[in-house]
Amino acid sequence: MTAVDFLLWVRGPGLTIASIIFVLGMTLKFFEIFMLGRKKNLAELRGSGVKEGFKTIVTRSGHVDTYSTRHTKFTHIAGWVFHIGMFIAIFLLAPHIEIFKTFLGFGWPALPTPIVDLATVISMITLLAILFHRITNPVLKYLSVGQDYVVWALTFLPLLTGYMAYHHLFFRYEWVLGVHILSVCLLLVFFPFTKLTHAFTLFISRWYNGMMAGEKGVQQ
Amino acid sequence: MSEATLERGLKALKEQIDTPIALFFSSCTHCGMCATACLFYTETENPAYTPINKVEPMRRLWEQEYTLIGRIKKAIGMSKPITDEELEEWQEYCYNACSLCGRCTMVCPVGNDITYMIRKMREGMAAAGHAPEGLIGASKRAVKIGSPMGVKLPALQAQARHAEKDLGMEIPFDVEGAEYMMLMSSMEIMNYPEYMEAVAKIFRQAGKTWTISSEAFEATNSGIQIGSSDIARELVSRVVTAAEKLKVKTVISPECGHAYTAIRWEGPNLIGRKFPFHVKHILEVLDEFRAEGLLKTEGFEEARMTFHDPCQLVRRGGVVEQPRNLLNMVSKDFVEMKDHGIMNWCCGAGGGVSANEDAAELKMQAFKRKKSQLDELNVDTLVTACANCRIQIEEGLEENEMDIPVVGLTEMLAEHLVEDNKTEG
Ligand code: SF4
Ligand code: SF4
Repeated sequence: MTAVDFLLWVRGPGLTIASIIFVLGMTLKFFEIFMLGRKKNLAELRGSGVKEGFKTIVTRSGHVDTYSTRHTKFTHIAGWVFHIGMFIAIFLLAPHIEIFKTFLGFGWPALPTPIVDLATVISMITLLAILFHRITNPVLKYLSVGQDYVVWALTFLPLLTGYMAYHHLFFRYEWVLGVHILSVCLLLVFFPFTKLTHAFTLFISRWYNGMMAGEKGVQQ
Repeated sequence: MSEATLERGLKALKEQIDTPIALFFSSCTHCGMCATACLFYTETENPAYTPINKVEPMRRLWEQEYTLIGRIKKAIGMSKPITDEELEEWQEYCYNACSLCGRCTMVCPVGNDITYMIRKMREGMAAAGHAPEGLIGASKRAVKIGSPMGVKLPALQAQARHAEKDLGMEIPFDVEGAEYMMLMSSMEIMNYPEYMEAVAKIFRQAGKTWTISSEAFEATNSGIQIGSSDIARELVSRVVTAAEKLKVKTVISPECGHAYTAIRWEGPNLIGRKFPFHVKHILEVLDEFRAEGLLKTEGFEEARMTFHDPCQLVRRGGVVEQPRNLLNMVSKDFVEMKDHGIMNWCCGAGGGVSANEDAAELKMQAFKRKKSQLDELNVDTLVTACANCRIQIEEGLEENEMDIPVVGLTEMLAEHLVEDNKTEG
């Protein structure tokens, strides 16, 4: 297989298969979650909680607890920085938008490439710091399981290979670009079956959290 | 609590898993932030006390039973089954080191209600026979005698007679058609007899009818703490039956945090139907009296004071403003702790911790958080509204050689009542 063959395959059938697995997997995931159901709350409620649920989706991006704020500064800031950087890298790079356009039928304005490049670098550095934190902090070290590291790698690889492809580093461009797309395929395939699902479920979790508190009249 | 086995435990735990639980497990990124919200972690720095870790066996059960990948892994023998040894280890984490205080729930960035998860985890633990001895004993006494501390009706009646002599009024028992039915907690009956007198005085002034049921006066619910819905349901049913028999409009939960959660929020869900009466915490009732102008006080406390919010009242109960309104009636020098209201730190003994001898040392360690909060303030008096918090705080203060009297809010208010009308008895 030549570099060009490889690129054509991952870009065509490879990406399509991965996308299908992603969509079917996420559908299954939501089915698994919602088929469990939840008992109706029979207590005399102070409110429906619906509003507090939506409010919590937003407010939970910050902290209400002064102690935790002081003691989790790194996790908090690093979390924000790498998520924003990654968002920029995925959704605001011109060639990526082209791909979304072929799938979705519409596009949106891109950011200048040097800015996306900078965001990618910042994201990668932050992710490395996050990994270092995970293996050195006693709580994180205790909590972490294999999957946490797999998920870290699945997130890091597309950034790294994307950066290499853009700067034409080390290997032949077609190979690197092919590997970049392959790493995205892997991310898509593993996504529904790992804690990467948090990217979707966290909003619903926050909603339930706020809703259940709101039913009792607790404002967050 | 008969024939508790691992099999029963896993079955009970499986039944607890619902949509929010699946969402929470799907959302957790192991970021570790919940650790710093939990006083059992902050005061011990034991990573095993990280809130989400307290439900780890439940996470595996969820994965193995309710996800495709988990089932495949289980089928090909790639998943680790949950064992008795493991649950035994987790007993320490999810009972001794958790007061169900709810702080972790407020901090988790992905929005996991970890307290809700731990409450459910305990259902499996209790059914598997891995609940602490102290809680098993309390639950047995609650079911058999009617009180987790073994307090019987004659003890309450003796206290009532005492109050009657002091106040020159009758303590109403089993009065049909009274507006309010008063519940008590064993801790109050045993340790704080002033509470009953205070309530009687306040209701006399407000001119409201109230009663105590001789069949169901105990408000505490060990079933909730140990995590046995069957026991909790039985205890709640007794209160419901008594309240329906006496046709009261409102049942009053006493100055006890988890009793409020048990009857107010879990109660109707346990018995599977809505209550035909309201349930209010005593502070809610008193604040209503205040708003209606029925609570007349005179004079102010000299001491500089602060208020300890019982977790089940604020974070898990939504009663936040009421104690402040009431305190301001009788105090001019009231200061707030740094993380007050919905983010207040737990006293360290809620959620069954106080009834669990295995946690005796740990709960004093956890108290250090409250100590730090108090050290920053320099107050003369601490006011609270939960007999359980009160005992823990008194013990903690004594152990740390801090000379701060702890008072119940209801009693403090009663001391400032304007004694004018003596209409009700
Ligand atoms: S704070 Fe939430 S997401 Fe982070 S480890 Fe705890 S439960 Fe998981
Ligand atoms: S409910 Fe409170 S005590 Fe229990 S794990 Fe959460 S923060 Fe810790």
